[in-house]
Amino acid sequence: MTTLPIEPPAATQPARPVTPGRPALLGRNTGDRLYRATLTALALVLPLLLVTLLAELVVGAWPAIKRFGVPFVWTSVWDPVAGVFGAAPMIFGTLASSLLALLIAVPLALGVAIYLTEFSPKWLRQPIAFLVELLAAIPSVVYGLWGIFVLIPFLRGYVVPPLRAVLGWTPLFSGVFYGNSLLAGGIILAIMIVPYIAAVSREVLLAVPSSQREAALGMGATRWEAVWTAVVPYGRAGLIGAVILGLGRALGETMAVTMVIGNRHDISLSVLQPAYTMAAAIANEFSEAVTDLHLAAMFEVGLVLFVITVIVNACARLLIWRVARGTAVGSRAL
Amino acid sequence: MTKSPLIAVAAALALAAPARAQVKLNGAGATFPNIIYQDWILTYNQSHSDAQLNYQSIGSGGGIRQFSEGTVDFGATDAPMKDSAIAAINGNVLHIPTVMGGDVPTYNLPDVKGTLKFTPDVLADIFLGHITKWSDARIASANAGVKLPDADIVVVHRSDGSGTTFIWTDYLSKVSPEWEQKVGRGPSVNWPVGLGGKGNEGVTATVKQTPGAIGYVELGYAMANQLPAGSVRNKAGKFVAASLESITAAAAGAMKEMGPNTDFRVSITNPDGDAAYPVASFTWFLLRKQYDDAAKAAALVKFVWWAETQGQSRAAPLGYAPLPKQLGPWIEVRLKSITAGGKSVWTTAAR
Amino acid sequence: MSGRSLRRHVTSGLMTGLVAALSFTAVLALVLILGDLIAKGASSLNWDFFTKNPVPTGQTGGGVANAIVGTGVIVGLAALFGLPVGVGTGLYLAEYGSGRLGWVVRFVADVLNGTPSIVIGIFAWTWLVRPMKGYSALAGSAALAALMVPMIARTTEEMVRLVPHSLREAALALGYPRWRTSLRVVARTALAGIVTGCLVGVARIAGETAPLIFTALGNQNFTTNITQPMQTLPHQIYEYATGPFEEWHRLAWASALVLMGLVLLLGVTARWAIRQRHGAAR
Repeated sequence: MTTLPIEPPAATQPARPVTPGRPALLGRNTGDRLYRATLTALALVLPLLLVTLLAELVVGAWPAIKRFGVPFVWTSVWDPVAGVFGAAPMIFGTLASSLLALLIAVPLALGVAIYLTEFSPKWLRQPIAFLVELLAAIPSVVYGLWGIFVLIPFLRGYVVPPLRAVLGWTPLFSGVFYGNSLLAGGIILAIMIVPYIAAVSREVLLAVPSSQREAALGMGATRWEAVWTAVVPYGRAGLIGAVILGLGRALGETMAVTMVIGNRHDISLSVLQPAYTMAAAIANEFSEAVTDLHLAAMFEVGLVLFVITVIVNACARLLIWRVARGTAVGSRAL
Repeated sequence: MTKSPLIAVAAALALAAPARAQVKLNGAGATFPNIIYQDWILTYNQSHSDAQLNYQSIGSGGGIRQFSEGTVDFGATDAPMKDSAIAAINGNVLHIPTVMGGDVPTYNLPDVKGTLKFTPDVLADIFLGHITKWSDARIASANAGVKLPDADIVVVHRSDGSGTTFIWTDYLSKVSPEWEQKVGRGPSVNWPVGLGGKGNEGVTATVKQTPGAIGYVELGYAMANQLPAGSVRNKAGKFVAASLESITAAAAGAMKEMGPNTDFRVSITNPDGDAAYPVASFTWFLLRKQYDDAAKAAALVKFVWWAETQGQSRAAPLGYAPLPKQLGPWIEVRLKSITAGGKSVWTTAAR
Repeated sequence: MSGRSLRRHVTSGLMTGLVAALSFTAVLALVLILGDLIAKGASSLNWDFFTKNPVPTGQTGGGVANAIVGTGVIVGLAALFGLPVGVGTGLYLAEYGSGRLGWVVRFVADVLNGTPSIVIGIFAWTWLVRPMKGYSALAGSAALAALMVPMIARTTEEMVRLVPHSLREAALALGYPRWRTSLRVVARTALAGIVTGCLVGVARIAGETAPLIFTALGNQNFTTNITQPMQTLPHQIYEYATGPFEEWHRLAWASALVLMGLVLLLGVTARWAIRQRHGAAR
């Protein structure tokens, strides 16, 4: 309150005009204090939530942390019978499916953002932006449904046979294709994160001063050259932030991935093989763990997932803030 | 201004409170008996308006865990709880058998007519990843005259904690030393190969949707989905398909050894007997010995006794075997021992 | 020189074509998914679907009335919990958020906004389901509320910040106390934007499944009792989609179509509201 320059001293109180028909119910200071206290209390809910969330994960995971220590994240045996747990396959699967998704989604999303901000006719901008953002409105479980009954049969029938014929000799496309696979998970994730990356990239590109563009065009650059050499580099940090934000989404995505990735504790380089993600493992096994150690291991998987997404999201925000300072860019995307 | 719709929602919720006392019972666990449990619950809810049952088939692992945490009124499992798990909840649990069923190897080979025969070592080696092609000589030798495709075998197993998995791995551990040593038995194990599906439902679906797949599910799931149920060679050397008779025969040996004081936790995989199906099991409700809420306990006991008596006739058409008659009186004694606030709830459960 | 210039212009044209093609690919994905939903779901939408409860495994017929009502109850309750906290936090950030606490809250909101929903599910199971000795719609609503608060807080803040400073100064100069200025002038001016944010937040949680698995559990009966387990559309779709029965698949597509319709309705209303407020600028 002391920071408020226009806060009048208490002595001027009598001069306060009373709104006709609405006498002030509370004294100025009492009302303001109450208002501020209420809002502060509400605002404290989120930090409290974060702290209890973290505390609960650590407490729940403690038996597993004590037992397995740091090697939990790089050992790969997951044997509930013997009580040995290592999360490497899930961590690998989480990262691999997310990176595969980025590989597909980034060109698409940047294409959308660049087209909409730089090239598309004005009348098309709103409809396309709207339709792409609608992709974010489709619930995860609906993506999973579509993945099982449309995408996987399509991959099995039309995509994987030619892919294996040409690239089957590389480790990336080796082995039997079951349907449920890293590839299916990656594609579904890609479609799911396109709208996030596109929306944030678009806002970043819109925030680039038009003088950048005009200067390049004025020097004789073609329209594409202006975009690629002047606009995109200017917004680079923000665009990287947008991509990392998409990565954060992909890492934590649960239902759609669980339904198509094959749920297999194994590390395989081949995208045709089934894999597992941390989120999928939690969905499948968290409420199912019979032994206490198994449950603790599930808590630890949750903790690792949480820490990774927090780091990734924090990086994304800091990068985006550098370009579009302080705004809630992206959080408004559906 | 934003407040008024919220108030409306609150009012609607308040009005929606149940009009009359109806005991709500929540259970969760095994997917193996889910087909018959859903059937029982619908039938029972229709004729008994004083209780409403909700059963969610999350997996036997979940049944044990959530029962132990006290988040459900009853659990269900087809992997009996270990002594250590029972001790952890101070022994406050009764295993009440409900029906018997069989884990069958089911597969997706559209061009193969008739049902395939499996020897125990072939099953173990398929699930260990040693046999990878359907055309393998060892599968062919048990299936003379069947034209097997040169397709890759896709193993499908469970991704959740599962009693069906326990039965399957319990059987494989008994017939294959390599399996016992490398993998062992449990509701969740470290699978050497394969894809994970959630629940009997998920495994059945994955087999159905994946050409060349093999999985293990309760007989009822194969029946309801018109999937083949392979026959398995039993201890006596006979290939036997899962059926009401062969599952009942599997329990015969165990029944001879069981006395009135049994806690019903008995494995009947790989039994003796020419007609016995080797991968069969009881499946159990998990009930507490002492409940806090007398009304709940009474309603629950009443339902369970209904399932043990009238409900048994529903078993065969749905792919399960009814319990041996001999168990009836023993189960009755156990149900009578259930108390709430120190009093038996059997009398108040007025049948 | 002119050859090089030609090449540059051809490149420019090609790249323009490429980004246009990429945009249409993204739109195509949406069209395909929505098209499949309608093609496979619409034929199963009938009176029974909306009014009946599920039938036992393996039988045909029945509907998802319990799940539709369950979604309404759980999402409504989540909004009841989440909206006041979210909007309050947003107002705090806009009005008093320049200090250290404001920075912390803003950062925490952004971090939580990206927290996997399944982790919130673990949280709700540990803090609500386990201590309360039972799954309940209430626990599910709390989990969903925790998911929506960060997003609503940030959009509310942004909307309030869009209110011209002059308006606030005018009110203060007239002698309005700060709290009344904030509520009656600033928040009221930003109301359309705040409501939009809230609608988008509700739309986002309406389709969530992961946090409900460990909290609302599911229920094959029709119930509106919030202390009991409750079925929701997303959870029903998950069960039916991963199951083996043709009948379940049919109901899963129809349920997905209904859920999608519900989410789109909220989303489109939100967009319409924001259009009213800001014109077509965005």
